Amino acid sequence: MTQTEVDGIVKQYGAKESAILAVLQDIQSKEKYLPKETLEYVSQRMGIPMATIFRIATFYNALSIKPRGRHKIDVCMGTACHVRGGTKILDKLERDLGISVGETTKDKRFTLESVRCVGCCSLGPVAVVDGEVFGRLTQDKMPSILKEFK
Amino acid sequence: MIPFMIDGQPVEGKEGGNVLEVALDAGIEIPHLCYNESVRPYGACRLCLVEVSRRGRTRLTTACTYPVLEGIEVYTQTEKVLRARRMIIELILAMCPGDQLIQDMAREMGVHAVRFKQEDKDCILCGLCSRICEEVVGAHAIQFAFRGDRREMIPPFLGEAMNCIACGACVVACPVDVIKMKEEGDERTIVRWKRTLKMKQCKVCGNYFAPWFQLEKFRDQAKLQKDFFDVCYTCRT
Ligand code: SF4
Ligand code: FES
Repeated sequence: MTQTEVDGIVKQYGAKESAILAVLQDIQSKEKYLPKETLEYVSQRMGIPMATIFRIATFYNALSIKPRGRHKIDVCMGTACHVRGGTKILDKLERDLGISVGETTKDKRFTLESVRCVGCCSLGPVAVVDGEVFGRLTQDKMPSILKEFK
Repeated sequence: MIPFMIDGQPVEGKEGGNVLEVALDAGIEIPHLCYNESVRPYGACRLCLVEVSRRGRTRLTTACTYPVLEGIEVYTQTEKVLRARRMIIELILAMCPGDQLIQDMAREMGVHAVRFKQEDKDCILCGLCSRICEEVVGAHAIQFAFRGDRREMIPPFLGEAMNCIACGACVVACPVDVIKMKEEGDERTIVRWKRTLKMKQCKVCGNYFAPWFQLEKFRDQAKLQKDFFDVCYTCRT
């Protein structure tokens, strides 16, 4: 992310300490993660110590300091999905993508995460890809779902 | 001054003060790890638990974060307090089995075996280093990172703590003594924060007396003239 882009974001919220979370969220949604150099510039631009920014950046699950994939898969591991076979879905994805939970594929296509209940237990097992909910999953259904996300 | 009782003994605390400082002043021992009078109470270690009775209700609470209030009765040695404290020191010991101070405190409280899964950490997460660095030194060099059981005190991105002026305040403040400072030739290193700074030599006695980076920062802040720190503190007086 260029410094001008960061300047634009900072301007929108103001260079005050209380604006830091909003600024980080905007960088996160653009870059899919928080690059070190960008945070260093934010720190200097907003006058907030790097240690403070790093604390916030590592506290929230919605923020990431590691590069993420273009698409995010959240596999539900809530109680209902768990008993309905959520782990099998997760296993299948881990095997097919060659990564474990929390990781990103080499080609930066997918990041795999597990979540605790997305609120539609009757559809379990459930996975959410880029905000789109897929229910009543079986292992066989996974490849064709992933195909839609390039 | 506000009067109240600790273990049946009348004591007095100042407005805005906390129960722990009053107890310690009165010579009543309450074990504590994350409290240091030069920074604001934080309530992280939970070791200073006491029972406080107020208007007929009693509850277990941390003495360092409990405000001095008129007429409260504080109990530091009840069975409930001792049991809770033993549990807490056992948990800290499970996390940091190698820390000498924690081992000693545990033994003193009668904890001889740990029933929990042991980890091999050395930091007890009291947060004192970062609070001192922030509130006293004003350098803001280090902070907690991550959350829950992954919480850690590390420099940003696990690299060098670039704001650190290598003053050594955190080295002194750390209750379990796991922040080390090294001086070799013209360099000083705060090992845990991966921070190494070149030291400045005194024009008179030739001693390396403080890091350049630190002196330049002080000089800028206080708008001193350029050669102000050419001579060390001892030679100047
Ligand atoms: S040595 Fe560095 S991290 Fe420690 S208190 Fe001083 S400035 Fe802060
Ligand atoms: S000294 Fe009170 S919680 Fe640590």
